[in-house]
Amino acid sequence: MALLKMQFPLHRRVRLAQGLWLISWMTVLAGAFTFSLGVYLKTELLRRAEVMDNTEIHVVPNILMLVGLASIGNYMFAGRICQDSLDPSRFPRWKPFLLPWFGLSMLLCAHLISAVVLSYALQGSLEESLKVGLRNGIRFYRDTDVPGRCFQKETIDRLQMDLRCCGNTNYRDWFEVQWISSRYLDFTSKEVKDRVRSNVDGRYLMDGVPFSCCNPSSPRPCLQEHLTDNSAHFNYEHQSEELNLYNRGCRQALVDYYMGLMNTIGPGILSVISVQITVMVSLRYLQTAMEGAAELENPEDESVGYILEKGVKETVTNFKGAFLNLLQPGSVEVAPEAAEVENVDKATSPPASS
Amino acid sequence: MAVLKVTFTKTNRGKLAQVLWVLNWISVVTGIILFSLGLFLKIEIQKRRELMSGHEIRSVPNMLIATGLVACCINFLGGKICYDCVDTNKFLRWKLLMLPYIVCTFFFTFCILVGALMCYTMHNQLEESLFQGLRGAMRYYKDTDTPGRCYLKRTVDMLQIQFQCCGNVGHRDWFHIQWISNRYLDMTSSEVSDRFRSNVEGKYLMDAVPFSCCNTYSPRPCIQQQVTNNSAHYNYDYQTEDRNLWKRGCHQALLDHYTNIMQSIGCTVLIIWLFELLVLTGVRYLQTAMENVLRLGDLDSESDGWLLENSIAETARSNFNIIKNLGKCYQVDDDPNINVPSVAQQEVPTRQIPVAS
Repeated sequence: MALLKMQFPLHRRVRLAQGLWLISWMTVLAGAFTFSLGVYLKTELLRRAEVMDNTEIHVVPNILMLVGLASIGNYMFAGRICQDSLDPSRFPRWKPFLLPWFGLSMLLCAHLISAVVLSYALQGSLEESLKVGLRNGIRFYRDTDVPGRCFQKETIDRLQMDLRCCGNTNYRDWFEVQWISSRYLDFTSKEVKDRVRSNVDGRYLMDGVPFSCCNPSSPRPCLQEHLTDNSAHFNYEHQSEELNLYNRGCRQALVDYYMGLMNTIGPGILSVISVQITVMVSLRYLQTAMEGAAELENPEDESVGYILEKGVKETVTNFKGAFLNLLQPGSVEVAPEAAEVENVDKATSPPASS
Repeated sequence: MAVLKVTFTKTNRGKLAQVLWVLNWISVVTGIILFSLGLFLKIEIQKRRELMSGHEIRSVPNMLIATGLVACCINFLGGKICYDCVDTNKFLRWKLLMLPYIVCTFFFTFCILVGALMCYTMHNQLEESLFQGLRGAMRYYKDTDTPGRCYLKRTVDMLQIQFQCCGNVGHRDWFHIQWISNRYLDMTSSEVSDRFRSNVEGKYLMDAVPFSCCNTYSPRPCIQQQVTNNSAHYNYDYQTEDRNLWKRGCHQALLDHYTNIMQSIGCTVLIIWLFELLVLTGVRYLQTAMENVLRLGDLDSESDGWLLENSIAETARSNFNIIKNLGKCYQVDDDPNINVPSVAQQEVPTRQIPVAS
């Protein structure tokens, strides 16, 4: 008993072929759309590559780009098949390509689903990568004279101003790092010497932040130094002041930004997946209906279309058998003849009983 | 002798009508482009309306929007007319409308040219408007508690960050205004009251700038306070330090930004004007050719098309005479039908009409 059998009179076969041709070309466009989404996501990730420690997250846009390109070719091929399907003389030459085509389509669908799953699963990895990257950026903020690190100050300043964030987790991260280079510190001054001696590592730490942490929406001109000292500024209370600097940490800001991007891309990819599955199912029906019609005495009669010729369990058993035969070439010689006899018996018995 | 006379065969007329139909539809699209350019300029000016004073600037985008809408309508009508001109019978219903349509299109094309030229001449008005606007915005920077001005601080800060500029002409403009509000100044402190007393107007002036003036490309953490005091900072020389703050003034930055936009828009509008002129010429030729063919009577024959029937001087003179005579329509002196001695009065005796009894 076939799986999901459907009757296909001639006009329905024609309708199916025409509709499928149209949807195939739509899927080609969807493939191009997937490719461009992948390119966009990759560009956005590369823009902030300097504050990321590893590139694990790049697997998502890479998959999207590859699948997009492959889909364009694959579904153009499907469109060609549909065009030829209604002509009984041209359709048979596509027959050997259909099984590999189905395999490739299922592979592409699986990859798209995995891309969607990975975009959520790799969130933790992204956060970790950003944590390390931002920590390094803040640590090397002052090294504007060291080759290989001289861009960090500008990168971190731009990042904090663009994303409206301050520090790694929050602005206190700046209190633990010496972010003013020693070349701008007067080591003869008592104040500087005291501060350097006051901590174990001999660093010049202070409760101040760079200017890029300042919030333009604050009603008050920005306070950057002596942030924890209420008496250093008039009418200032450190605990209740929340508009002076950006409250958010840059790690959270970046993760939110990229998750928002992937959440926007997600539904698009899911709709592309559903369109691709529709094309696969319809093409399977078209293929079986056309093959059935070719075997009839009158090719314009009604034929039967199905997803699987036998039930799911039987198909799996047959497939396993064929696969095992492939793996054991030695025993193939005897088996096919016996299998052929068995099949001939099976084929001749049902017509006799019906 | 007509101006730029061209002879049209029947097929030529048909082809001209078809080409003009296509061109008119392209002109509808250019009209939409004109409208959207005006809209874009209007939005750009709206975005920074707090930094501009005066309303003359708004006239340029309004002109472009209006011209764009009129372009769509006129060219839509023109497309319809040209489509009907392929068939001489259908042309008859447009015959009376053709000349007014061409006159309207001529004036409207002139308006496009005016719009394009306005884009280039706005420069002076823009300069003055931006200068006044920026000066006002900087003066009210500290008034974050005054309704109507509370967003100026944020606007000026975002402007300086986005356009990488500081102050009106340069960073020194901040030294001449009090940009810290009195609510954040400790009036009891002697340092603050000294500073207040040290200048005539009683303002708290200092050689410091807001944080948004800081240059992100500086190798050194930003120096905002005591900018002119070399001894206040280690290893610092005010005269030679050029990467600490943004060097450009926001007036120059905004002026450049808007001048670029206006020049690109002006260029595009000029190209659209040339295209409209081409369409206008084509429609004029078509109109005169169709009218001549109707005058000749034979719809299949050749006819002449021209821009003006007589030379420019003669046309100008005749139009001027028409206008002059229009003005004299209520003056009786020149009316040739009055005060002409009637022949009947002198020769025909008055006859008494017998009264019927």
